Amino acid sequence: MEKFVSYTDTVVPLDIENVDTDQIIPARFLKSTDKAGFGDNLFRDWRYDKAGNPVPDFNLNKDIYKGTILVAGDNFGCGSSREHAAWALAGYGFKVIVSSYFADIFKGNSLNNGLLPIQVSPEFLKKLFEEVTRDPATAVQVDLEEQKITFIGGSEHFDIDPYKRLCLLNGYDDMDFLVSRLDAITEFEKKHAQL
Amino acid sequence: MKKTLFDKVWDAHVVESIPNGPSVLYIDKHLIHEVTSPQAFSELEERGLKVFRTERIVATADHNTPTKDQHLPIKDDMSRRQIEQLTENCEKNGITFYGLGHPYNGIVHVIAPELGITQPGMTIVCGDSHTSTHGAFGTIAFGIGTSQVAQVFASQCLLIEKPKKLRVNVNGTLKKGVTPKDVILYIIAQLGTNSGTGYFCEYAGNVFEEMTMEGRMTVCNMSIEMGARGGLIAPDQTTYDYIEGREFAPKGEAFEAKKKYWDSLKTDEGAEFDKEYHIDAAEIAPMITYGTNPGMGIRITDNIPHSDDASAEKALAYMGFTGKETLLGQPINYVFIGSCTNSRIEDFRQVADYIKGKTKAGNITALIVPGSQQVVRQIAAEGLEKIFTDAGFEIREPGCSACLAMNEDKIPPGEYCVSTSNRNFEGRQGPGARTILASPLTAAAIAIEGKIIDYTQNLN
Repeated sequence: MEKFVSYTDTVVPLDIENVDTDQIIPARFLKSTDKAGFGDNLFRDWRYDKAGNPVPDFNLNKDIYKGTILVAGDNFGCGSSREHAAWALAGYGFKVIVSSYFADIFKGNSLNNGLLPIQVSPEFLKKLFEEVTRDPATAVQVDLEEQKITFIGGSEHFDIDPYKRLCLLNGYDDMDFLVSRLDAITEFEKKHAQL
Repeated sequence: MKKTLFDKVWDAHVVESIPNGPSVLYIDKHLIHEVTSPQAFSELEERGLKVFRTERIVATADHNTPTKDQHLPIKDDMSRRQIEQLTENCEKNGITFYGLGHPYNGIVHVIAPELGITQPGMTIVCGDSHTSTHGAFGTIAFGIGTSQVAQVFASQCLLIEKPKKLRVNVNGTLKKGVTPKDVILYIIAQLGTNSGTGYFCEYAGNVFEEMTMEGRMTVCNMSIEMGARGGLIAPDQTTYDYIEGREFAPKGEAFEAKKKYWDSLKTDEGAEFDKEYHIDAAEIAPMITYGTNPGMGIRITDNIPHSDDASAEKALAYMGFTGKETLLGQPINYVFIGSCTNSRIEDFRQVADYIKGKTKAGNITALIVPGSQQVVRQIAAEGLEKIFTDAGFEIREPGCSACLAMNEDKIPPGEYCVSTSNRNFEGRQGPGARTILASPLTAAAIAIEGKIIDYTQNLN
């Protein structure tokens, strides 16, 4: 996995609550057996009409919003466990997602793909939406080392699991760790078998 | 220290804990299917790793399979390729696979319990968020992403933070015609779609104690719809009676020994939860949803609540509702009875009992999709097949089907479908389709009337 330290870019605002993984990537696009190409169908049914033409009102289709930081409404990523949602967002080019709340499985899937979910306060999120609406060129700075997110209207500390933070900063993943513990796991199994 | 059911099962599976970090949690059973496993197998290969414990994995094909002519090659190229890939991956790695046509094939969360694979006190994972279903047996069961599927392949473990604990107590007497699906839809409507995020939820109280295993599975299945990674119900005699004699359940003395252990798993008196709710069973009525998340539910006789919230307005606009109106009398053209929430034999018995001697309304297309081949055989053995076909319902072969509409079973754009599944998200049952979640009994009654009705007045 690539190292993640700090990042600055403009944003795409998606001021909708409870965006579920079926909207991020509809089930009919889950037939592929590899991880590539899901970005093309990100938010498919909001982004394109039935004839396959871009919906002009949808923010991802607006020229003014070309950033790689997605700012979304509360409870982003609820629903299915499909990691395809994280692959679609990362495949499209997003590096960071900002919301006031993330669903559990989605959050884990994002972190496993180097896509950083940042949970901010509802007040911070509201201000950010307002600022981006006023000036679409608003830049957002993310500092993972300091756990700080900043834009012209304010700055906020964000929480992240300390272990996950280290993984991202160093480019490790859970697989590396687990595979290094196979001896301990085998030892555990001997005791566990007696339950 | 007093422990909850969740603590006891969790503690028995912790291999080690990273200071100030997650724990290495041992996984007893890993269930896999065609949609969320191929990239995990590829990842293993790319990293030069092997499957660590093949005997702890069981595979089925369900999400993307046709529900018609399963004996013929799958027409859709990509769907066929996905199943072929799973078959190859299982063969190569020595994994048990119940593919199409196998007598044990079916929806992953239906087959594991009915085969006795799911047992109390276990940890169970699957690349599917409705893995919470298995919590009905007092297991820690939860959905995982594909990266985690690969991790469990390679180590039989996951690195995971211990979630917080939530308990929902429902006590009292349920009204006539109120089913387990109504109970969970009511809980989600009351608590909201993200009330459980970060938690595992234990369901307690006489209402769950008196439920059948099928009912408990329906409840635990939808835990994820309030954001909870999993739900649990303490194992008891009902659990043991269900498990005893099933194909992969322990037998004889081994079963008796297990029962003693399972008995010890109940939450200790006075154990603490991070959050707790109490619900009066008498408040619960048959439920339906009116919006685009499972928390947007009302009693079937209530009016849609008014909201000025932009997201709620967007949901109502998608559904073609204005807010404040009643849904009673709303014409419905599609009814889907199936999915990992409600496709077990008890669900179909309830439906058959209601529709026996009746005929579906002329405008209705009613689909019955059993959860497994075993349920198919039970439907036939109990003579339910004839009741369904006589009433004009169409019976299909097992699979996830129109719950997520990955296969051909889609609801047309703009149409309402009263569905016994678990999600009413936009486009979930096909682009533009409008899903109204309900119990099998409600769905059956609506199929007969062709519109939304309060069927409780028709009950004896």
